[in-house]
Amino acid sequence: MKGNVIKYDRDNIDTDVIIPGQYLKVHDYAELATHAMEGLDPDFHSKVKEGDFILSGKNFGSGSSREHAPIALSHSGVKAILALSFARIFYRNSVDGAFLLPIEIGQDAYDGISDGDELDIDISTNEIKNLTTNQSYKMKPFSEIIGKIIEAGGLFKYKPELN
Amino acid sequence: MNIVEKILARASGKSSVAPDDVVFANVDKVMMHDVSGPGVLKVFDKLRKQGIDVDKLWDPTKVWVAEDHFVPSADKLSAENIVKLTDFTKNYGIEKHFKYGMGQYGICHTLSHEQAMVMPGDVYVGGDSHTNTTGALGAFAVGLGHTDIAYVLLNGNIWFKVPETYYFKLNGKLPEHVMAKDLILKIIGEIGNDGGAYRTMQFGGSGIDDMSVESRLTLCNMTTEAGAKNGIVEPDQKVVDYLSAKGASNFNLVNGDADAEYAKVFEFESSEMEPIIAKPFSPDNTCVVSEAPSVELDKSYIGSCTGAKYEDLEAAAKVLKGRKVKIRTEILPAAISIYQRAMENGLLKIFLDAGVTVGPPTCGACCGAHMGVLAKDEICISTTNRNFPGRMGHVESQTYLSSPMVAAASAVTGKITDPRDLI
Repeated sequence: MKGNVIKYDRDNIDTDVIIPGQYLKVHDYAELATHAMEGLDPDFHSKVKEGDFILSGKNFGSGSSREHAPIALSHSGVKAILALSFARIFYRNSVDGAFLLPIEIGQDAYDGISDGDELDIDISTNEIKNLTTNQSYKMKPFSEIIGKIIEAGGLFKYKPELN
Repeated sequence: MNIVEKILARASGKSSVAPDDVVFANVDKVMMHDVSGPGVLKVFDKLRKQGIDVDKLWDPTKVWVAEDHFVPSADKLSAENIVKLTDFTKNYGIEKHFKYGMGQYGICHTLSHEQAMVMPGDVYVGGDSHTNTTGALGAFAVGLGHTDIAYVLLNGNIWFKVPETYYFKLNGKLPEHVMAKDLILKIIGEIGNDGGAYRTMQFGGSGIDDMSVESRLTLCNMTTEAGAKNGIVEPDQKVVDYLSAKGASNFNLVNGDADAEYAKVFEFESSEMEPIIAKPFSPDNTCVVSEAPSVELDKSYIGSCTGAKYEDLEAAAKVLKGRKVKIRTEILPAAISIYQRAMENGLLKIFLDAGVTVGPPTCGACCGAHMGVLAKDEICISTTNRNFPGRMGHVESQTYLSSPMVAAASAVTGKITDPRDLI
């Protein structure tokens, strides 16, 4: 999976800046995408391209359970978020709804990847290659259940061996 | 096992579970509102296109619905969402739909206790992050997104990773004019806005024994702001009495075992707490009121699932009685039942005499949805739960989070004020 990075060098990107509360009444996915990241970066919609990745610090997606947040990013073309850590509902919504991949990275990758860099991410080997700098990093592997749900293509396609 | 492990073991048909186990737990109650409900409908549409049967819910009697975020309807789109939600509950045979304008309605987390919708020992999931609130009744109460709620509606169960538990031992009764909101802001300030991430935050100790159920609800409500999966208090006689007064019976109390394990134990001297605020732009950016910045406030807002329960209004009334507000002040009781009691007991007269605007139950401006949102550069003191950039309106507005007593005292002076300086 190849794409370019939009980097927000900060922690705690919350769901209110990813998609402000006034748009919670909107359920049209394409319209939500036009307001993605509006609370932090009003230019996001004009600069994001299909296949891009977002890179940010810790506690990405903190706050609300609004599924509008991963929906708005995913329908903007974002395929994965790389962050030092994630808030739990955002993480879960991203995976269970199969909107995008929440990838936990270490400080080395965070420091070594810059805005605009091109990455090649392979979740089967947990490897992130920075094609711009020719450096490689390891992502934190997905837990077993998360890996299975991602592989299935979302919670509804996942057939658990029940208990 | 601790209380959460016992609830999850029971709900997943296992004799025991431990942190990090993944279980599919049977759900006892599920809630959605006028934002998550239409979101779930979109998921149903998607599933229908994929050939998945969405014609029948697993058990409509276990589902309840609130109208709270955009009511009274803010505009055409939010009015249409209410129509969609109403059609949905009719078509799927959901009878517990609290509609605004038809008797009891209010914020979903407030109805969960005012209407005794959730019982101790339940696995309760809601399409809202502050579902954590209801853990104060001794339930495993967790917020989920639209896809997960849709999954629960169709299957009656959902996956959970059994969380580690952080135990917060609270020592002693809160001093007069200091509230549970001050205590939970203190805790979040210490552990940080991801200090409880993915974990249970359980509250106990003599500070909890002495605390009302409504104050415990405030503690659990704000565990979301520390990133917690859920907040919980072991149910005691106070919870039984509280729910019995709301018409509940047949209690099946679950408590932790004597040898229950906790990943970490924190101690807080609740008897030594002082009024605390969270400054913009995070609930963990706290300081005691005596060290608050000297800002000119534009507005005081007493509302939301966090800060507009009956006890919260009573506390605000103590401060506002016989005084006048100096800044724009709005009080929105969190449910009609609270509004009614406030009327019967004279609180509404105190508020109106003070110059306050009393509004209908709604999430309203707490989430920047409508009714009293902030303009650019406006500064608000608020009894709500979050103060992220743009949370209550313009991205360049500012919100200070506080207890209802601090918000009321600040309404009187126009500056961030310790209620003990007025009373």
